[in-house]
Amino acid sequence: MKDLLEIKNISLIYQTLNDEITAVQNLSFNVSEGEFVSVIGPSGCGKTTILSMIAGLLQPTEGEILFDGNKVKRDGIGYMLQKDHLFPWRNIERNVFLPLEIKKRQSEKDKEFAYSLLKKYGLYEFRNNYPDQLSGGMRQRVALIRTLVSAPKLLLLDEPFSALDSQTRLRASDDVYNIIKSERKTTVLVTHDISEAIAMSDKIIVLTNRPAQVKSIVYPNIGKDTPHKRRESPEFGLCFEKLWKELN
Amino acid sequence: MKQSNDKNFSVNHALFIKKHKQEKAMIIFARIAILIVFLGLWELLAYLNVIDSFITSSPSKVFVTLKDLFTENNLLYHIGVTLSETLLGFLIAVFLGSAIALALWWSERLRLILEPYIIVLNSLPKIALGPIIIVWFGSGSKAIVFMAVLIGIIVAIMTMLNGFLETDKNKILLLKSMGATKLQILLKLVIPGSLSSFISMMKISVGMAWIGSIMGEYLVSKAGLGYLIVYGGQVFKLNLVMASTFVLCILAALMYFAVSLLEKFLIKHRQ
Repeated sequence: MKDLLEIKNISLIYQTLNDEITAVQNLSFNVSEGEFVSVIGPSGCGKTTILSMIAGLLQPTEGEILFDGNKVKRDGIGYMLQKDHLFPWRNIERNVFLPLEIKKRQSEKDKEFAYSLLKKYGLYEFRNNYPDQLSGGMRQRVALIRTLVSAPKLLLLDEPFSALDSQTRLRASDDVYNIIKSERKTTVLVTHDISEAIAMSDKIIVLTNRPAQVKSIVYPNIGKDTPHKRRESPEFGLCFEKLWKELN
Repeated sequence: MKQSNDKNFSVNHALFIKKHKQEKAMIIFARIAILIVFLGLWELLAYLNVIDSFITSSPSKVFVTLKDLFTENNLLYHIGVTLSETLLGFLIAVFLGSAIALALWWSERLRLILEPYIIVLNSLPKIALGPIIIVWFGSGSKAIVFMAVLIGIIVAIMTMLNGFLETDKNKILLLKSMGATKLQILLKLVIPGSLSSFISMMKISVGMAWIGSIMGEYLVSKAGLGYLIVYGGQVFKLNLVMASTFVLCILAALMYFAVSLLEKFLIKHRQ
């Protein structure tokens, strides 16, 4: 399949008054269309920095990032952060409409699409509720729908489950995985959780300590089941063992 | 989720509600009792000549003075003068303060440049500027309003600016990833997210406006409650001082109450 995202030899150097910090060094990887790619690595190795560069919020010092064959244009990327960051003063519907307001795309068609997503994923009846009336898992689902309403080609997930408790986390990762698969989105997930990476992705990119470089690329090959089912398969343990060794 | 009213609660719940209501009634009762005991004791001690009512006045004398002020000395006019100065000072401080805070949020460079000036102005006792204000604005209401604005505005700026700066960085990042402009970030996130700062800023500003207007009236004035208090003090009419102070208490409480009502209204209509 065609590569949607090409990261070519990028480096990022932070300037501070006392120091020059190389956060990312000569990093390259590709993401094909429809692929679910996880990026794992030791904490503080610059995972979030990489996502910021893909999203176009940060420019790499060297190298280039091609999105859909295009160097500059970043329209069509949806970013989901660690917490849901729903605005407490907006109800669910108006939270979901936020990207449309920002992009000034408030046609009936866009709104209909947003409603159809809310209906499909069981949140339509809560559209007039406020975020604090919803459970953590539901809020995360709303956050994902908010990311999806502008119909992005690529989703960037930055440890989207780390703020949830372990039970909710397992259910939310199933939910999010199913939504992403049924919407056929290409996804880059950043996480420090090895089992989460194995359970969800087609391809896992293991990073080194800072400055981040690609240490190895692992393909779990556990089929296309839900994360929950994949956790139960025998290959899961082997893959976990392999990644654990890679990281230590 | 919404609380349904037709739910059947246990006996324990009824007990809990009863206890809660009793506790609330107790607190209101104690509040009133303190007032009655204080006024009663004051009146009694003055009546028995234990304290000198020439210096301390007494509740009954304050009441008589209030009546006289109302019928003969145009109390409403004095109230009107002070109230209009205070409200004007309050409104200017709140709106100008918020506008300046917005400008300082918008430009970090401007904020860093002006920081030392704001700190100095905040620490400076504004009353020290009294003579300058009199020379510049004369001895009318203008000088008093200026005093009220001067005292209120720095706190208003600092409270609002802190509110704006406390905006969650990750929410800003989220909006940026959607391609939001700085103006959109301001309108969709920073301003609605700073509502609680705006309300607490207004509550602080009520107190500041009263300090400013009364202080101003102490310095220069021909009318107003502050004028009555200073005048009463100078001619040793403690009844007048106490009566004016009493009116002041009522007005300040009413204004605070009005801001609380506004708070409820704003919170309801933000959602």
